[in-house]
Amino acid sequence: MGWQWFHRLGSPRWFYEKSSAWIPWLAVLSIALLLWGSVWGLAFAPTDFKQGNSYRIIYIHVPAAFLSLAGYYVMAISGAIGLIWKMKLADMVMKSAAVIGAVLTFVSLVTGAVWGKPTWGTWWVWDARITSMLVLFFLYLGVIALQEAYQQQDTANKASAILALVGMVNIPIIYKSVDWWYTLHQPATIKFTSESTIHPSMLYPLLVMVIAFYLFYALALLLRTRSEILYRERKTRWVQELAEAGKGSH
Amino acid sequence: MSGRAAGIDDSLQAQATPVPGLWPGFWATLRRDLLLAFRHRGEMANPILFFLMVITMVPLGISPEKAVLAMLAPGMLWVVALLATLLSLDGLFRSDFEDGTLEQLLIAPQPLYFQVLAKVLVHWLTSGLPLTLMAPLLGVMLSLPEGGYGVLVLSLLLGTASLSLIGSIGAALTVALRKGGLLLSLIILPLYVPVLIFGASAVTSVVEGFPASGQLAILGAFLATSIVLAPLAAAGALRISVNG
Repeated sequence: MGWQWFHRLGSPRWFYEKSSAWIPWLAVLSIALLLWGSVWGLAFAPTDFKQGNSYRIIYIHVPAAFLSLAGYYVMAISGAIGLIWKMKLADMVMKSAAVIGAVLTFVSLVTGAVWGKPTWGTWWVWDARITSMLVLFFLYLGVIALQEAYQQQDTANKASAILALVGMVNIPIIYKSVDWWYTLHQPATIKFTSESTIHPSMLYPLLVMVIAFYLFYALALLLRTRSEILYRERKTRWVQELAEAGKGSH
Repeated sequence: MSGRAAGIDDSLQAQATPVPGLWPGFWATLRRDLLLAFRHRGEMANPILFFLMVITMVPLGISPEKAVLAMLAPGMLWVVALLATLLSLDGLFRSDFEDGTLEQLLIAPQPLYFQVLAKVLVHWLTSGLPLTLMAPLLGVMLSLPEGGYGVLVLSLLLGTASLSLIGSIGAALTVALRKGGLLLSLIILPLYVPVLIFGASAVTSVVEGFPASGQLAILGAFLATSIVLAPLAAAGALRISVNG
């Protein structure tokens, strides 16, 4: 009995119908938290005495960076579930997670560069964290490219799942290597403000934003997966009935 | 259809006679691939020529100044050796896929892991090893400081083996694609980052007068890990590419 929900997940239709009810909740919660966190962070949090207002970009940058890494694990683990239990839904989640993760990684790279310009005086620095992020971005792009290269959906799923898993094993090694590489070549003039000393009045809006980003990620993943379900099941009767009903109501 | 009947006869005979074990299978693949490589000697020279030509571009593009070249040499030699390995990887499983040998390997009674390991070993013997032996000569051309040569060879010896192993995953994933070459590079290059960092750093630190034993030990650890894990992933990927 306890595992029934897991077996039900094997049916994209069941998931599609169930998840319709989750969307309004997720949407309202994530957008409310995003608004609350960003207004708090951008308007009411105190100004940093060294960096002025430019530090405020952390309210976008840090949550995006958190999720770009977490998103890789979401992608790889759902890929593994798809490989092991041959679950169609997991394959669709993996494909959606790859695109969303790549976008978030790009956002964190761009916001990092925007922050770097006033703070360091340059758009790009070969810092350990930035370089690791860039490699992570490449890993995402590899999975997406492999997914696109195959004609057959089933082969594309399995091949990109294997690549995602190989990447997952490699991510800690890459991060540690890049960290080590950076300590060798560390330029003396550039330093991050250490995050552990952040004042609570700046930290709380950040926490709100992190939670908001997680919820927003879940929402984006859900919406993308649902459209992937409709696309891949477009020849089944229930999707066609759904399309007919949609035509009728408008 | 007559071929299928003959196949059944063969399999009946195979049941009567004992199936060759794991190591005979490994050696058979190794010998076959080495023989094939030896019969196409011209192709074996290609990665080395690529290595030589790209290294020639460095002084032309940057500066023939000795001091500049000496500073760039460790990293340049490593980056170009990595690219040469990468370019030669596309052919790792391709001809076997096209003529059906790969399917035979998949249904062979010996574990696919060891078949892949044998093929990767041949790939390393015909690309990584020659590149490694060639590297000191190119080091002289880039005026790599004395004292760096031993570690250059040692780091490339360990490193290119890891590169061949990791790359075999990409080759297996893209073997069924008609234009797999560029995609192979895209998916494998990010995975090469750690090997490149420690390989180039080993040479740099020895040139600067520090010991390189730490970096070499880590390269050895990478090699050990990839021997265990990479053929597993490549074998899984081959099954998907062939059956998909």
